[in-house]
Amino acid sequence: MKLNAVHSLGVVTPQRMQFDAPFACASGAQLPGFELVYETYGTLNADKSNAILVCHALSGHHHVAGLSSEDPKSAGWWDTMVGPGKPVDTNKFFVIGVNNLGGCHGSTGPGSHNPASGQPYGSSFPVVTVDDWVASQALLADRLGIRQFAAVMGGSLGGMQAMQWAINFPERVRHVLAIATAPSLTTENIAFNDVARNAILTDPDFHGGDFYQHGVVPTRGLRLARMLGHITYLSDDAMAGKFGRGLRSGDYQYGYGIEFEVESYLRYQGDKFAAYFDANTYLLMTKALDYFDPARLAGGSLRRAFAPVSADFLVVSFSSDWRFSPQRSRQIVQALLHNGRNVSYSEITSTHGHDSFLMENPHYFDVVRSYLNNVAAEGARP
Amino acid sequence: MSRPLSLLAEERPDFAAIARWIPANARVLDLGCGDGSLLRYLKEVRAVRGYGVEISDADIVSCIANGLNVIQNDLESGLADFEDNAFDFVILSQTLQATRHTAQLVREMLRVGQQGIVSFPNFGHWKNRLSILNGRMPISPELPYQWYDTPNVHLCTLHDFEAFCREHRIEILDRRVMGGGREVSVLPNVFGSTAVYRFRRQA
Repeated sequence: MKLNAVHSLGVVTPQRMQFDAPFACASGAQLPGFELVYETYGTLNADKSNAILVCHALSGHHHVAGLSSEDPKSAGWWDTMVGPGKPVDTNKFFVIGVNNLGGCHGSTGPGSHNPASGQPYGSSFPVVTVDDWVASQALLADRLGIRQFAAVMGGSLGGMQAMQWAINFPERVRHVLAIATAPSLTTENIAFNDVARNAILTDPDFHGGDFYQHGVVPTRGLRLARMLGHITYLSDDAMAGKFGRGLRSGDYQYGYGIEFEVESYLRYQGDKFAAYFDANTYLLMTKALDYFDPARLAGGSLRRAFAPVSADFLVVSFSSDWRFSPQRSRQIVQALLHNGRNVSYSEITSTHGHDSFLMENPHYFDVVRSYLNNVAAEGARP
Repeated sequence: MSRPLSLLAEERPDFAAIARWIPANARVLDLGCGDGSLLRYLKEVRAVRGYGVEISDADIVSCIANGLNVIQNDLESGLADFEDNAFDFVILSQTLQATRHTAQLVREMLRVGQQGIVSFPNFGHWKNRLSILNGRMPISPELPYQWYDTPNVHLCTLHDFEAFCREHRIEILDRRVMGGGREVSVLPNVFGSTAVYRFRRQA
């Protein structure tokens, strides 16, 4: 029997929050208002001090844990991590998952109706940043009456949001769990994102971002973008272990069809992704990744960027993650040490590459569980 | 999960010796901190601002569970995460003898800390000498390993360590030598089983 079945949250229903005030983006653009879709798990305590915000990565969304009310077969993307008795224990914490602004899972995004034009936003949807996400999440926290989070956590792009929270709202975050993340993308990472974006931008069905009106979807571009991304989220060892040089039909076909198992896998992943993900959201998420660089506004110094931070940190990296390497996590640790902050750092031995942060791994889960047990034992800070 | 502090002090006489040197609220870095017992002890009795460095996965979880700051890293690859003079004290407790690049590590200790503290098993203890005289490598509570599976690649005596300090321009500020659970003052290099030193860079 799978552990998950025992400790499941059961069916979870997403909620919506409407914000009518104009929202100024970091880019200077303005949204007339917006809506966020979110899920919550567990119970908010009387002094509202036990909330944990889980920030999602590039292709994530608000459905973090439990089974979706819209599709009861669909477990949340971090269901192994979040739930009753799990490392992020919903018996102790009130956990919030939110689909980011610009997303394609219900929050206002490029596919949403633009009240000004009467059409989907499409190309007119502003490029949003990690700063914008944190600002919009803070508005949601205000509405939920949460003055201070026990923790803000996330992996990859989610970890970037968690760090930005600690920088922008030091008094509202007691702990940050920054997992498989980095203080900025490497040049190589930006290059990968550029190729992915180019695949979408050059798809004839993209129509400059306004494909909705044409009744088409830039599926080819989105597929390619996902296939490329997927390769980089794994490790050479993980792919070799899973597929090797395995051939689907047992022998070479001397053609360009799907022959190797890895080709079949990648195309399947690409197709699956392209069937539900929005191309504009993909562009926007990769751009938010590229732009994230808190040191930029602090004279190039991450140490100075982290000066306002008062939260305690748990930083976790994975040995085989070459997109967000342990070395990048160490830079976060160094900046926190420089500022005299409480910080623990663990490098998890794992073969699954960047995707490791989404995988069940007993030691990784012990690290998170041990850390959060102590968080649960303490109260709100003044 | 963790033993009571009183028990810890009894089992590890070097803990109490180290604590006596450290003023309240000092900034302390404990290298090879294990499950964090010493840091926890120092936090309790001296309210230190402490960080540990440890390589073992299981110990990392123990430290985190004990509410300690711990950085997972291999000491042998240096202390690059830490800035010059970031700490008042850098401690290397019962680990010196197991380090490969010993001189480099001690140099690093005195880069990131004002003072260093090391404790190590005294290879010059009479029981060890006797064992060698009898033709066998010593095995004792302080040196519990067989010669073929010991992590202790750099064992030394009190005299060896003091000579090392002279050669590397390190000023020894204090020394405590323990044997049989109490302090040894007569012929420490013979009767001491564990030594604890406090030192700094020579001016």
